[in-house]
Amino acid sequence: MHEVGIMQGAVLTAEQQARAHGATRIHKLRLRVGQLSGVVPEALQFAFEAASLGTMAEGGVLEIETVPATFWCARCQVEFPCPDFLPECPHCGQMDGELRRGRELELCSMEVS
Amino acid sequence: MCKECGCGLGGPIQVNGEPLNPSSLDDSSHDYGHSHESHPHDHDHAHPPAHQHLEVHQSLLQKNDRLAERNRGYFRAKHWLVLNVLSSPGSGKTTLVQKTAEHLRGRLRVGVVVGDLATDNDAARLRAAGIPVVQITTGTLCHLEAEMVAHAVERLQGDPLDLLIIENVGNLVCPAAYDLGEHLRVVLLSVTEGEDKPLKYPPVFHSAHAALLTKMDLAQAAGFDRERALSNLRRISHHARIFELSARTGQGMAEWCDFLTQQHRTHTSPPPSSAHA
Ligand SMILES: Nc1nc2c(ncn2[C@@H]2O[C@H](COP(=O)(O)OP(=O)(O)OP(=O)(O)O)[C@@H](O)[C@H]2O)c(=O)[nH]1
Ligand SMILES: [Zn+2]
Ligand SMILES: [Zn+2]
Ligand SMILES: [Zn+2]
Repeated sequence: MHEVGIMQGAVLTAEQQARAHGATRIHKLRLRVGQLSGVVPEALQFAFEAASLGTMAEGGVLEIETVPATFWCARCQVEFPCPDFLPECPHCGQMDGELRRGRELELCSMEVS
Repeated sequence: MCKECGCGLGGPIQVNGEPLNPSSLDDSSHDYGHSHESHPHDHDHAHPPAHQHLEVHQSLLQKNDRLAERNRGYFRAKHWLVLNVLSSPGSGKTTLVQKTAEHLRGRLRVGVVVGDLATDNDAARLRAAGIPVVQITTGTLCHLEAEMVAHAVERLQGDPLDLLIIENVGNLVCPAAYDLGEHLRVVLLSVTEGEDKPLKYPPVFHSAHAALLTKMDLAQAAGFDRERALSNLRRISHHARIFELSARTGQGMAEWCDFLTQQHRTHTSPPPSSAHA
């Protein structure tokens, strides 16, 4: 898994942002993680423990919002969720939906002081 | 879960045996000082915990995506068609790459970048077959990133190429998240792995432009359920062209190589004439 590398990047980005706002502590990090992003939220939590040691985020909390995979059927002009990764349009049954959401891997906000 | 692959945790990444400074392409990220700014004023009363909320909205793969875009520009300028080849370990990537290069001789000049955790066995095999190759030894890293590819291709500058094949680390999970700047993602599924791999690893199969059933010569011995594998692939890899191949017998190689030749034309012709494939 590549969650450790990703988490190190997240902490680094967070520290840069915190510093730019004159903060010295990061209390909370909020990530948005798409179901199809290829990372495992539990592994991110685990990696956060290690990656935050000795940084402004040490002792902070990691909140992960999971973004469900959502596909778009061009034929039926509808969006539909796809929890099992099989993008079958509920109206026409076709499998060629376009992935609209679910690949996010984003640091969206944080609490600092 | 693999603790081995500390992805970026300082596994000695090497390009053709020489160490790669992990971030020499990007200065902004080399900010590891963790300068713990001390409290801005020096009195010691307890501050109320005035937590400030910051909106950030920054992609965690931003740096890789930016470098992948840079690679894409480089590939375009070179008129290279670039493949990112992904699969489980041992499903036949190196063998396929070698046979593809040999099959295309006289049509397209093929160069290879190959990533492995350790050893340069794959590179040695390809080099022995007369194919220009650069090895990236990732150490502990379970996937290739755009930056490593950028360093590796510098070493192919002298070789006139039409097609660059990047053989990723054998792993169906992590490589899926990293754009390398390729034109086509190629995912292999060998007949001995089980027909349900696409269902188990949907992100990588979903992102494929070409899905290759490999080692078809072993299909019968492996009790391979071809219909089920094809149906799973069509469900998950629905943007992908599907090929059934055996690098050993050559089955399907002509069709695969015709596809590459045609894709090379599509992706490297100047914009006005590149209207349709
Ligand atoms: N029967 C048969 N064997 C094959 C075929 N292609 C590859 N093999 C064998 O499968 C084994 C693994 O092949 P490789 O090409 O090294 O696989 P790989 O995906 O590059 O492996 P890693 O780089 O270690 O992930 C070797 O013993 C190959 O000879 C094929 O089409 N048919
Ligand atoms: Zn990994
Ligand atoms: Zn539909
Ligand atoms: Zn290989």
